[in-house]
Amino acid sequence: MTAILFYVFAALAVASALVVVGQRNPIYSAFGLIVTLCSLSVIFGLLGSPFIAALQVVVYAGAIMVLFLFVIMLLGVKPEDRESGGTLKAVALALALALAAEMGVVLLGADQPPASSLDASTRAVAHVLFSAPYLYAFEATSILILAALVGSIVLARRDA
Amino acid sequence: MSADLVQPALVLSLVLFVVGALGVFLRRNIITVFMCVELMLNAVNLAFIAFSRARGTLDGQVLVFFVLTVAAAEAAVGLAIIIALHRGQDTLDVDAFRILKW
Repeated sequence: MTAILFYVFAALAVASALVVVGQRNPIYSAFGLIVTLCSLSVIFGLLGSPFIAALQVVVYAGAIMVLFLFVIMLLGVKPEDRESGGTLKAVALALALALAAEMGVVLLGADQPPASSLDASTRAVAHVLFSAPYLYAFEATSILILAALVGSIVLARRDA
Repeated sequence: MSADLVQPALVLSLVLFVVGALGVFLRRNIITVFMCVELMLNAVNLAFIAFSRARGTLDGQVLVFFVLTVAAAEAAVGLAIIIALHRGQDTLDVDAFRILKW
């Protein structure tokens, strides 16, 4: 059952990712990305991380994508009127194939990991997050958020 | 039960990352390019979750938490930059933005 759900949502994620890349209209790309993010959330849940699955929906599909849609609506939805050049297409395809081959070799050559049981409840994740090595990074994150907040206000101001 | 899903999850992460990288090259709208970067970030998150599953530790999930936070900050600042760029010239085409080029 888990495997069936995994493959269904994996196919959905790949299909909507192709929509993101294939569409000329940014609105359709944004909606495709929302579907990808929600399918990935299901897959996170199936892989045994309910906290990250919830966070994915709330932060990514909820907050970040609303921000994207807001900016698209603000700046107007003009579909792209021209394609990328042939050289760029060839380079992109070559790079993508190289990347896929490289990572495919690594993944297929790796040993299958043994089954492991893992307590990934929110309580367990919080214990790791709020203890020694990660606590400092967590505190630094709050400064990052504050800097991003001030920075985006300054950048988007009309008289900047 | 889901330990055997680790390798398929890594393959899915690879596919999503390559699709996102292709989009960064092929799309001309700067907002779509930005969305493709988000797609690549999510592919990496999936790899982190899969490795966390395979190794039986929670460090991967904590790293995903940080990636999410940085992605949120990046989206806010990036979209503000896009708005500021759009105010200067009335287009969203990536090739139009070459003000840093000498």
